Amino acid sequence: MALAFDEFGRPFILIKQQDEKSRLRGLDAQKANISAGKAVSRILRTSLGPKGMDKMLQSPDGDITITNDGATILEQMDVDNQIAKLMVELSQSQDYEIGDGTTGVVVLAGALLEHAEHLLERGIHPIRVAEGYEMASRIAVDHLDHIAQKYEFDLNNIEPLVQTCMTTLNSKIVNRCKRSLAEIAVKAVLAVADLERKDVNLDLIKVEGKVGAKLEDTELIYGITVDKEMSHPQMPKQIEDAKIAILTCPFEPPKPKTKHKVDIDSVEKFQTLRLQEQKYFDDMVQKCKVADYEDVGATLVICQWGFDDEANHLLMNRNLPAVRWVGGVELELIAIATGGRIVPRFQELTPEKLGKAGLVREKAFGTTKDRMLYIEHCANSRAVTIFIRGGNKMMIEETKRSIHDALCVARNLIRNNSIVYGGGSAEISCSVAVEAAADKYPGVEQYAIRAFADALDCIPMALAENSGLQPIETLSAVKSQQIKENNPYFGIDCNDIGTNDMREQNVFETLIGKQQQILLATQVVKMILKIDDVISPTDY
Amino acid sequence: MAIDRIFKDEASEEKGERARMASFVGAMAIADLVKTTLGPKGMDKILQSTGRGREVTVTNDGATILKSLHIDNPAAKVLVDISKVQDDEVGDGTTSVVVLAGELLREAEKLVAAKIHPMTIISGFRMAAECARNALLKKVMDNKENAEKFKSDLMKIARTTLSSKILSQDKEHFAQLAVDAVMRLKGSTNLESIQIIKKPGGSLMDSFLDEGFILDKKIGIGQPKRIENANILVANTAMDTDKVKIYGARVRVDSMTRAAEIEGAEKQKMREKVQKIIGHGINCFVNRQLIYNFPEELFADAGVLAIEHADFDGIERLALVTGGEIASTFDNPESVKLGHCKLIEEIMIGEDRLIHFSGVELGQACTIVLRGASHHVLDEAERSMHDALCVLSQTVNDSRVLLGGGWPEMVMAKDVDELARKTPGKKSHAIDAFSRALIAIPTTIADNAGLDSAELIAQLRAEHQKEGCPAGIDVISGSVGDMAELGISEAFKVKQAVLLSATEAAEMILRVDEIITCAPRRREDRM
Repeated sequence: MALAFDEFGRPFILIKQQDEKSRLRGLDAQKANISAGKAVSRILRTSLGPKGMDKMLQSPDGDITITNDGATILEQMDVDNQIAKLMVELSQSQDYEIGDGTTGVVVLAGALLEHAEHLLERGIHPIRVAEGYEMASRIAVDHLDHIAQKYEFDLNNIEPLVQTCMTTLNSKIVNRCKRSLAEIAVKAVLAVADLERKDVNLDLIKVEGKVGAKLEDTELIYGITVDKEMSHPQMPKQIEDAKIAILTCPFEPPKPKTKHKVDIDSVEKFQTLRLQEQKYFDDMVQKCKVADYEDVGATLVICQWGFDDEANHLLMNRNLPAVRWVGGVELELIAIATGGRIVPRFQELTPEKLGKAGLVREKAFGTTKDRMLYIEHCANSRAVTIFIRGGNKMMIEETKRSIHDALCVARNLIRNNSIVYGGGSAEISCSVAVEAAADKYPGVEQYAIRAFADALDCIPMALAENSGLQPIETLSAVKSQQIKENNPYFGIDCNDIGTNDMREQNVFETLIGKQQQILLATQVVKMILKIDDVISPTDY
Repeated sequence: MAIDRIFKDEASEEKGERARMASFVGAMAIADLVKTTLGPKGMDKILQSTGRGREVTVTNDGATILKSLHIDNPAAKVLVDISKVQDDEVGDGTTSVVVLAGELLREAEKLVAAKIHPMTIISGFRMAAECARNALLKKVMDNKENAEKFKSDLMKIARTTLSSKILSQDKEHFAQLAVDAVMRLKGSTNLESIQIIKKPGGSLMDSFLDEGFILDKKIGIGQPKRIENANILVANTAMDTDKVKIYGARVRVDSMTRAAEIEGAEKQKMREKVQKIIGHGINCFVNRQLIYNFPEELFADAGVLAIEHADFDGIERLALVTGGEIASTFDNPESVKLGHCKLIEEIMIGEDRLIHFSGVELGQACTIVLRGASHHVLDEAERSMHDALCVLSQTVNDSRVLLGGGWPEMVMAKDVDELARKTPGKKSHAIDAFSRALIAIPTTIADNAGLDSAELIAQLRAEHQKEGCPAGIDVISGSVGDMAELGISEAFKVKQAVLLSATEAAEMILRVDEIITCAPRRREDRM
């Protein structure tokens, strides 16, 4: 692949090992990139909407994931193409930012790319296309603000939140019990939400799953579950009004960080060392039990590290239940929930640093020896756990992902309670607005803006297609209805309910989610359009 | 240059019809594989491991078969998974759940071929499953109030569960064993306190339930072989060399005499420890870790029975049954709870000597000793007993009982059929298909027994048109029989779990329209 030649016809070498690299330039590069982007969005297209299908993914190690979540599909797909990777990142950033709508954003980007290709074929410069898209996206986002509605809710009236979460869960396999799951998600978010500051820390919601029983048994626990059991089989399985010492030091003899040796060269030394060791163990346990030698000590010890069997027995003997090998994240959650402090050394244990919980109990599942520890009625109930049950591992995993989406949606609504209507109605309405605005722009951008409007139509079209409706017929009917009645709330009737009015169907999406979708998709498409040269090492 | 590859090399993608076909075929193949083991006349499978020694397992247990298979088809893995969960959750019905899911998919395939959208099929299946569950709920019997009847229910369930296993010849005997064992638990589902010991030799009929606790260990040399009114200390402590646990400690001496002194001190330390242990006023000491010769000798001198290296489960159970606590320090003899039992003695089962603890304080635990001709028989017998015990312990908690022998399936099928007739729209095809899949289970049972399934099922269906009919397949006589009279019962919990997880799995596989297989991770050749 030569770039330039001197007067004798020999190529100049510009890039290191130039002849081993393959290169694509100009329109070819753009077309190749566009087709890669389209390929990715084509995979996701059938997953869109309440009647969307799932994908089965087999990981390199042979594990199976069955999912409907765009971000998860793309993440596990193991793509190799650079542009495809961009699309994967696009969906992930939607996931991080909003949590929902990860499929929609990729489908929209794919549609934008597809229409850009037509424009390129007609000889319009890619930068002009990109600029046109930019303008159009601004129009669309403004229009969304215009048609959005405020949705009032408070702690006593959570119905609007539940309805929105149900829209999200509708497209997942868990839609059988979307009502109860949506309620769980909303309650969980409200439990940890800071309504004053309109902020929600989703880290405080732990989503745990265990196979067995059925989906309906999924429950919200105002407290923490830990997948651990008491360190000694004979410790009490239930503790009421527990005072919890949260330790990050092992119940073991100390190991100084500096390298050292304790030399034993006489019998006396051997014996003193032994006594010291015994005293050390005794001290450790005593410190937890009777902090500062007043009787206000802990009634439960939760430790990040292991126990020596001697220490274990001493704990048991002093009637002090203990849990070992609790992970760091769980430890933090327990500390938050019980209002305790994580204590790195026995010496620093004081009564104030203990956490408090109304009830700690061990619960067994099924016929195997699975046990879990529930810490409930905590002093500070700001940490909650959603405990998922389901028929098999894949079901649990998929439920976890769905719950995560629902949690994100509820959080977004608390941050900003504006909503738009779903079922493709927002896209159709934007498309109409963009189309109308297009005519006002002089110049080549006008075409790009029109193409943007067409691309927006692709989402309701895909929805209709997945629901087994006639895509073009349905879309045009809904569109004309919107324009005729000047009502932006008509969408695709995916569930065959009989009305196109999304207000009656109670299908909502968050405003920020929708706006973010349009902005992110436009950004990525602009980036892809600007690439005119791809240099990559050749396959060998 | 056209971009047609976006995946890495070796990754593959299957779409639409092809993907669906791949998963249907995989799931049905798995279902067909275990199908022949269903029912009282089901056949066993031989599994040979690929590991060294080519070990052979002979089994009838669906979960065990599927666990041992190496499967590449993604849909098949879903079925293997549900069977595993069924095993963990209720213990029995592991074959039924796979067969039902396979049949549901077989019916679904026909519907998909008839151009019905998978989502429509799923919603039909959901309605049908709900209806089937309600049909069962209407017909359940609950004898919790009546202890006598409840016990006979348990016996019936145990007999039914065991009748499809290798123990079917002696099912009466084993059903009695299982029921006795579970009744001792007094409502807890903690099967750990039922210990199963396998000893080759004798016949299956020689298996017995022991009220006490049997530890598969030998008594130390020179120690008493029989102790009455034993005080037992259960411990988990080092009795070999008591190491200094402070990090970095090491012995450095400059002469032989010093070394000898240290050794003497070490011995002294051990002696003190043993003295402390004996100071608890015990005459039996059971340790999880090894006991070296020196402390063993000390124990023998004091007339204390010392048992070393009892495994973790053994220790926990022993602590549970004798009411003692597992101790690791011995400085406060007054606060350590000792275990008690009336009699410890060495007994012989076959060739082996075991230690038998009888007259234990807490009557919960017990031991089932299985005898049989070979290891394979014993292994399979253990699995069968496990199934029976699981089902029984679950039934003790949830005492709802159904009849067996294909009766529940027929009851469900009848109600689902009616629902199909009432439902307008395409869903009714799916509901209809669901009822056909349900009937496939009694059909398979009949087929496996070599009976004329078509004839029998038709008769059974006619019988079930009558209200409250107890008819099911009587495999022994090869005709339609009265299940209540024959005493064939099943636990409601098992049936419900089968129904729900099979529907869930079928639904999951149906929803898939694309399979993406990543390139397998390359393993370095270490050969």
